[in-house]
Amino acid sequence: MSIAVKEKKQSLQFRGDDLANVKTQLKILNGKEVIQKELPRFQEKLKAIDIFPLKPTQVDIFQMNLGKMCNQVCAHCHVDAGPDRKEIMTKETMQVCLDILAQYDVSTIDMTGGAPEMNPNFRWFVEEASKLGKKFIDRCNLTIILANPKYHDLPHFFKEHNIEVVSSLPHYSSKKTDSQRGDGVFDKSIKALQMLNEVGYGIEGTGLPLNLVYNPSGAFLPGSQETLEKQFKHKLRKDFGIEFNNLYAITNIPISRFLEYLLQSGNYEGYMEKLVDAYNPAAAQNVMCRNTLSISWDGYIYDCDFNQMLDLKVNAKSKHIKDFDFDELSNRDIVLGQHCFGCTAGAGSSCGGEVA
Amino acid sequence: MSKTYYNSEDLKKFGNITEFQEEMGKKFFDYYGSVFEEGALTAREKSLIALAVSHAIQCPYCIDAYSSDTMEKGCTEEEMMEAVHVAGAIRGGASLVHGVQMMNKVKDLSM
Ligand code: SF4
Ligand code: SF4
Repeated sequence: MSIAVKEKKQSLQFRGDDLANVKTQLKILNGKEVIQKELPRFQEKLKAIDIFPLKPTQVDIFQMNLGKMCNQVCAHCHVDAGPDRKEIMTKETMQVCLDILAQYDVSTIDMTGGAPEMNPNFRWFVEEASKLGKKFIDRCNLTIILANPKYHDLPHFFKEHNIEVVSSLPHYSSKKTDSQRGDGVFDKSIKALQMLNEVGYGIEGTGLPLNLVYNPSGAFLPGSQETLEKQFKHKLRKDFGIEFNNLYAITNIPISRFLEYLLQSGNYEGYMEKLVDAYNPAAAQNVMCRNTLSISWDGYIYDCDFNQMLDLKVNAKSKHIKDFDFDELSNRDIVLGQHCFGCTAGAGSSCGGEVA
Repeated sequence: MSKTYYNSEDLKKFGNITEFQEEMGKKFFDYYGSVFEEGALTAREKSLIALAVSHAIQCPYCIDAYSSDTMEKGCTEEEMMEAVHVAGAIRGGASLVHGVQMMNKVKDLSM
């Protein structure tokens, strides 16, 4: 048995896999099809600590998914992204987001995908959004920088617009990284990190943050973020002369292609039990949906990127950005399910790493 | 009783040993917790030592637990197998070093 997550060449959707249908995923997650025994329900856990229905604390992060198109087809991808996905955010939708962002006191714009840089209006959007003076994050998969000469200047472009770069690197060993993200991804990621370092990203005193995302290459939970960060810093510096700021340890949420891996490898039940056993009430208090809104490529509003991929739209009348109602959204009941146990295991997990 | 002596599900019930003797069980788990905290050795180093010892004492529960734990701590497969080789080398060495005892005896008894 291999612990490696095997690379897939195409998205679930392209392969016509049953799991591309979110109803199938939700049935597996919330029903008894695969796991016969009774696992505790996530919402019962929240009731026990008096935070059900779960409410936002403050809408502070506007996470925009610029599209499902990606140059990679990572085996654990919760977006089911890949080169065969064509869904991308239009300029009109971006404009509506800009209008909202200009109007409300939201501190952070967080761009994700897919590979957000592949959206043909990415640069236009960055130019416009950077005028708003908010904290601005790009979730960059690194290899995109080398994928095509037209992307080679991305490090300069990021720097010019004061963008914080958050990049995935599942491990400092090429074997572990490639098993999750595809053959050759490690070498390209290292090269891209060096290019980012060259323009100042991750280097002390430049004010250009380069943060890395670690997520396990298999059916296990991430260990202590602090310990992993130390190890990553030591290894990346020693072997490749690479510097970075923080490491975010993120738990794989059991949906989409990671769910496919769990089911195919016979790890689904064990993984769900692990998540449930590691439930931490302190992490539950700080789940990221409490301060985030997630916008899909077609302008719908979700509590987080995971709910977006399960097509669980916000529980509010304003389900689409064209009907955006800040006050209503700030008071909504967050939509929950068994996949939420992925955010509350151990020290918890969010787009910014541990939460407890 | 289960049909086999070892059942992987039993690992999760380890904490239940306090049911029959609470005080000692509690003391053990407190001690166990302290042992594996970051100290002069990192938690990561301790986990690799635990993995090696698990193989030396051939405890299937410990091998299960510390294979996961070392992975969670970001250890590579090479590191994990090297730890197992350390256990193998010490176990092999422990047998072989007794060869000296055998040789002594043989020499005593020989003309
Ligand atoms: S995990 Fe990121 S880089 Fe990998 S396929 Fe998904 S969106 Fe692309
Ligand atoms: S999966 Fe989404 S909705 Fe559920 S707890 Fe995590 S962030 Fe919140």
